[in-house]
Amino acid sequence: MPATDSHRSRSVAEQRRFFAREVERLTDRLYGTALRLTRDPDEAQDVVAEAVAKAWSRLDELRDRAQFEGWLFRILNNTFISLLRRRRCRQDRETGLETEGEEQPVTGFSLFEQLHQPFLLWWGTPQDQVLDSLLLDDIERALDDLPEPYRLVVVLVEVQGYSYREVSEMLALPLGTIRSRLSRARSQLQAALWECAQDAGLVYGPCPTNHGGGE
Amino acid sequence: MSPRDIRCEEVIEQLFDYLDRELDEEMQHRIERHIEHCRDCFTRAEFEKRLRRRLGETSRVAAPESLHRRLREVMESF
Repeated sequence: MPATDSHRSRSVAEQRRFFAREVERLTDRLYGTALRLTRDPDEAQDVVAEAVAKAWSRLDELRDRAQFEGWLFRILNNTFISLLRRRRCRQDRETGLETEGEEQPVTGFSLFEQLHQPFLLWWGTPQDQVLDSLLLDDIERALDDLPEPYRLVVVLVEVQGYSYREVSEMLALPLGTIRSRLSRARSQLQAALWECAQDAGLVYGPCPTNHGGGE
Repeated sequence: MSPRDIRCEEVIEQLFDYLDRELDEEMQHRIERHIEHCRDCFTRAEFEKRLRRRLGETSRVAAPESLHRRLREVMESF
């Protein structure tokens, strides 16, 4: 790698040691994030490996080593977004980075409002108990079942903590689209968790998916 | 500034913007003050934060050894 002003004083061997140490420290989180983005263990590994290779080739762009983690995760996200775009071109189908008609207002579903009902409140704080009783598998499934564009914004904002503007820049989409997708994504996600809570018998409430109907 | 200078409906409407720290400083502060004094909104905000924490757990997994090995190979090729 060519030396630059910011790195001239550091030897390549020292940079390699720093890079390897940081990548090793972050591998679990990189993989976990990639897994949520791709939903596929093999593809998640590919995305992480490609991101790490890209990061090394661009290490001279990193001005401050303290920013390494955020910088590497941004490369990971961009690697996944590029993969989506390539897949979309190849398969000529909607992977959802750009869709139309998303500016209409959303009628949101709120898990809290379903759970925080007078007929359930004798139970204490059912909303918290239900959340704590959901298995990680349940939550993963609800997240993974979201349509790609919705899952992407939820993972970027709720799991990784990016601002709406940062996500808008990453996906090259207007801020309004990001807001709208987040709103729809949260609504769908919470509806899925509500169904899951009912299926698991964690809550008994009026819902069309409830079994039977005699109770 | 009174915590009641903003209604619960307005707080709930902007709750995710608040949790995502997307509001301007003044509105962020108004909602924060309201939540500190309103049990209903506090309960709702805590629920959404708890849900977010659970979502965050889904990305905390151990990478397989095959990935560690692969990354070591990638880095050795640099």
